[in-house]
Amino acid sequence: MQYQIKENCLTIFLPAEVDHHNAEEIKREADKVIEEQHIKYVIFDFGRTNFMDSSGIGVIMGRYRHIFLLGGEVWAIHTSERMRQILNMSGVTKIIQIYEEGMM
Amino acid sequence: MEYFNEMEVVFDSRSENEGFARVAVAAFMTQMDPVLEEVADVKTAVSEAVTNSIIHGYEGRTSGKITVWCGIEKDKKTILVTVKDQGVGIENVEQAMEPLYTTRPDMDRSGMGFAFMEAFMDEVQVESVPGKGTMVWMKKTTGGEKKEAVWTTQSH
Repeated sequence: MQYQIKENCLTIFLPAEVDHHNAEEIKREADKVIEEQHIKYVIFDFGRTNFMDSSGIGVIMGRYRHIFLLGGEVWAIHTSERMRQILNMSGVTKIIQIYEEGMM
Repeated sequence: MEYFNEMEVVFDSRSENEGFARVAVAAFMTQMDPVLEEVADVKTAVSEAVTNSIIHGYEGRTSGKITVWCGIEKDKKTILVTVKDQGVGIENVEQAMEPLYTTRPDMDRSGMGFAFMEAFMDEVQVESVPGKGTMVWMKKTTGGEKKEAVWTTQSH
């Protein structure tokens, strides 16, 4: 898993394809970092991602449950139209924020 | 039913093969001259069905076999895809297909697998016999609204 930590914020650079196969590693490593580094904000960076199935939704939902209990937030950035479609369809956009360029 | 073209692949129930399965189907589909979005829809549906077989059908055992069959109809616009396993089967198919229903919340499964298949394909049918296995049958017709501009801008 490629990631970057700034203070209590963890940015996860998702791979080109997020499926059950690589979701397992992301979940495992993200949870370890969240716990050890006292992370409160998780940002999923979709900049390189062109495929994601419902396993990816499970990754986001699981990390949200974790972060929510710590009073934090989960964000998605650099999402393509396809990724926004997947996120919206799953209903996960009710619990996470999508940052779009020029939004702020 | 006579098809214009058919293919079948059989592989082990390993998560490494999820990517292989969807890329194989996507490559086979190119002869239908689909737009990128249609290919992405079928890839997602195949990924969901194969993942279900691996996680739920074979419960993580890698010794199981998964068979993916595709048939392109003579009009070259409709593709049928079946994903078959000889796993544990599903007791209650209706319940399994309900959005957010999952037997594996411990694995962070979202319960959206069948919902995604239904959202991205035109038709999805599931046949399952407990103790014998499961077959997911899916159909999609392409070329409804050709979005040439999308294809051109995203294809390179």
